[in-house]
Amino acid sequence: MLVYGLKRLLHVIPVAFGVSVVCFMLIHIAPGDPLAAILPSDASAELQAQMRSFYGLDRPLVVQYGLWIWRALHGDLGVSIATGRSVSGEIAAASLNSIILALAATLIGFTLGSLLGFLAGIFRGGIIDRIASGLSMLGVSVPHYWLGMVLVIVFSVHLGWLPAMGGGPGGSDGRAVGWDYIRYLVLPAITMSVIPMGIIARTIRSLVADILSQDFTQALAAKGLMTRQILRHVIRNAAPTAISVMGLQLGYLLGGSILIETVFSWPGTGFLLNGAIFTRDLPVLQGTILVLAMFFVLVNLIVDVVQGTIDPRIQRS
Amino acid sequence: MTATSKQVFPWKGAVPRLKRTLRIGATAFTLAALSVGTALAAGTLRIGMTASDIPLTTGQTDQGGEGQRFMGYTVYDALVEWDLTSADKPSGLVPGLATSWAVDATDKTKWTFKLRDGVKFHDGSAFNAESVVWNLDKLLKQDAPQFDKRQSAQGKSRIPAVASYKAVDPLTVEIVTKVPDATLPYQLSWILMSSQANWEAQGKNWDAVAQKPSGTGPWMIESGFTPRERVEMTPNKAYWDTKRVPKLDKLVLIPLPEPNTRVAALRSGQVDWIEAPAPDSVASLKGAGFNIVTNAYPHNWTWHFSRVEGSPWNDIRVRKAANLAVDRQGINELLGGLSIPAEGFLPPGHQWFGKPAFKLDYNVEAAKKLMAEAGYGPDKRMKTKVIISSSGSGQMLPLAMNEYIQQTLAEIGIDVEYEVADWNTVINIWRAGAKDASAKGATAINYSYFIQDPFTGLIRHLQCNLAPPAGTNWGYYCDPDMDALFDKVRNTFDAAEQDKVLQAIHEKYVNDALFLMVTHDVAPRAMSAKVKGYVQAQNWFQDFSQITMDP
Repeated sequence: MLVYGLKRLLHVIPVAFGVSVVCFMLIHIAPGDPLAAILPSDASAELQAQMRSFYGLDRPLVVQYGLWIWRALHGDLGVSIATGRSVSGEIAAASLNSIILALAATLIGFTLGSLLGFLAGIFRGGIIDRIASGLSMLGVSVPHYWLGMVLVIVFSVHLGWLPAMGGGPGGSDGRAVGWDYIRYLVLPAITMSVIPMGIIARTIRSLVADILSQDFTQALAAKGLMTRQILRHVIRNAAPTAISVMGLQLGYLLGGSILIETVFSWPGTGFLLNGAIFTRDLPVLQGTILVLAMFFVLVNLIVDVVQGTIDPRIQRS
Repeated sequence: MTATSKQVFPWKGAVPRLKRTLRIGATAFTLAALSVGTALAAGTLRIGMTASDIPLTTGQTDQGGEGQRFMGYTVYDALVEWDLTSADKPSGLVPGLATSWAVDATDKTKWTFKLRDGVKFHDGSAFNAESVVWNLDKLLKQDAPQFDKRQSAQGKSRIPAVASYKAVDPLTVEIVTKVPDATLPYQLSWILMSSQANWEAQGKNWDAVAQKPSGTGPWMIESGFTPRERVEMTPNKAYWDTKRVPKLDKLVLIPLPEPNTRVAALRSGQVDWIEAPAPDSVASLKGAGFNIVTNAYPHNWTWHFSRVEGSPWNDIRVRKAANLAVDRQGINELLGGLSIPAEGFLPPGHQWFGKPAFKLDYNVEAAKKLMAEAGYGPDKRMKTKVIISSSGSGQMLPLAMNEYIQQTLAEIGIDVEYEVADWNTVINIWRAGAKDASAKGATAINYSYFIQDPFTGLIRHLQCNLAPPAGTNWGYYCDPDMDALFDKVRNTFDAAEQDKVLQAIHEKYVNDALFLMVTHDVAPRAMSAKVKGYVQAQNWFQDFSQITMDP
């Protein structure tokens, strides 16, 4: 087991290197100049050259990459060109906000998805199934940003129940547990939850339908068990798959969403990336993409190791 | 044997139970939402900016005109400032931290600025001549301990004339320019004074100062600064200009770069004021009881022509024909009336507008005639390429507007092919100049200009020695007559006389049809009916001191 874990860890090194090279190069290949954000548009060529030198942007790309990766290995992702703030600090604060949003969205998505999936699976073929399946299909298909805007129009503009944007009454700083803050989370979390809700609902529907069609449920019914007791068996059988699907969805959501966070001005990694893209803030872009990519690499590593532990056949293969 | 779920679980009554539960849940949610109102102190104005971040707070702001508007003249002061008190006339310069200034009668490079006595920074330290020298060193002297590359990047290019400076006495500063330059006061209006004592108190660290800035301006930042999310300002009750002591309790700035989010935030009551509502949202905002405030200000939306060899725009007849073939009223309708059709390079009514003879009418027949005189006709159409952006600061609706222009120019035999780039790229192409490979042979670039002072308004676009890379004369235009006028501006130290020279320059801009002059933005702002006392100055910058909020 330990050998397998170490082997997988070694495989991460070339992947991580590749990820860092790709994210560094992609950003440098894209058109645009990071200095545009910090210099007046008619800054002289001399001043531009001076600033380019200040930020090390006049050095060869290989040198820039080497310096960046060397510092990154020491936990220093540099400072934002546009704001002068530490990239690590920016990413840490933004990641926390994205994690809060992702957890809330997963909670909503999993609860509603499970409910719809169970109802659809149990009432398969009937009107409830059609409604639940329709909702889950809608969840998977509807564009995020559109739904976000519609929710804002209904619940913020017309009904005035919930805030249209922001991370809290005084920003995300000093966040506390309480309705004053949670109300800011509701609309973005619901918007973000519709895709996982749809996926989980569809998964659970087929699982429940499958379990209900198996002989053991018939046997349980024949034994005279109450509906409630039979349902408990169905849930137990469906739970492991549902949870693993939810885990995967949580992984995706933790990466943040540029569209949702921008629509709601939610100060997460997606919002950070969006701002960095428009200002060509290379250190922030590179740092955020690297951290998110490494996060996925890490999640994959954990999943591989856990799967290998549960099922030794995976290790052998 | 298999059975359907229905056969195993008849479950009658499940659906009504579910409905009941949902209904109870929805009611509880509604009551909970309604029970928590957003109680805000009276007199708090919350503004949704278009910027994606809080502008730099240390003194010299970033984020262009918006940064200076919200973080510049609010927290800080300059030696010379803009008169922002009137909506009816273009702004002129007024004394700020300097009470008066004069150029030496014998040496026109030597300026003396008399400073305002008794002015204090927010931290309580005194503002004096040493403060001015310290702040100029902050921008210009790389080996000074307080030199800040971020502020220097913003401020250095604003004061190209400055050669040296010194404190003569605590309330007198002498500034020497490289050559005689009567536009120095305009240049200095950009330079904001931060506190040396505060910088020292913050460990001589500008990042720390950013969290706890100190200027002399009417607003202070004491707390409530969350980068990327919001900043709160409170009144400086001890402000030196008693007329500009803010009446509000608090001013909150929130970056909301996404236009739909800004509108939603306004309509849901999370902000009281938004900058630049999208044109298509204006009617619904008015319908919902919000006020749309607009005014002329020094902005234009033009095509900057290339004048390099081979450019078709070297022929004045073609330039005039194109200007006569733009349906400016049609474009104004396209923009929902939120524009001022161009009558020149500067907005109509501007103090430097003058009396140009060439009128920017929409006259296709006259344009066709001019094109024929220039040698073009149905069998010889003019084909050219123009760089435009997909969207960007001050660009209004560039794709729709340019498509409309493309159609009307086609009527007079000009076939335009567009090279579309994002705004950031367009800025780089503009900096590089028409001869650069990045222009891809384009003969014009669609640019929206900040045209507030003599340099940004008129000189930088057309002075011979400001062709790239030295400056932003994108089209490499060079006319000795125009250069002579620019020299005259710099050597005319009487403000009224200087205005006359600037008028002559603008007349030449229009009479020679040096740009495709299309329209001017009107800086639309949407605000709640509770906002009172706001006067939208004809300026990029605004005064928030006189505003109050109805409860």
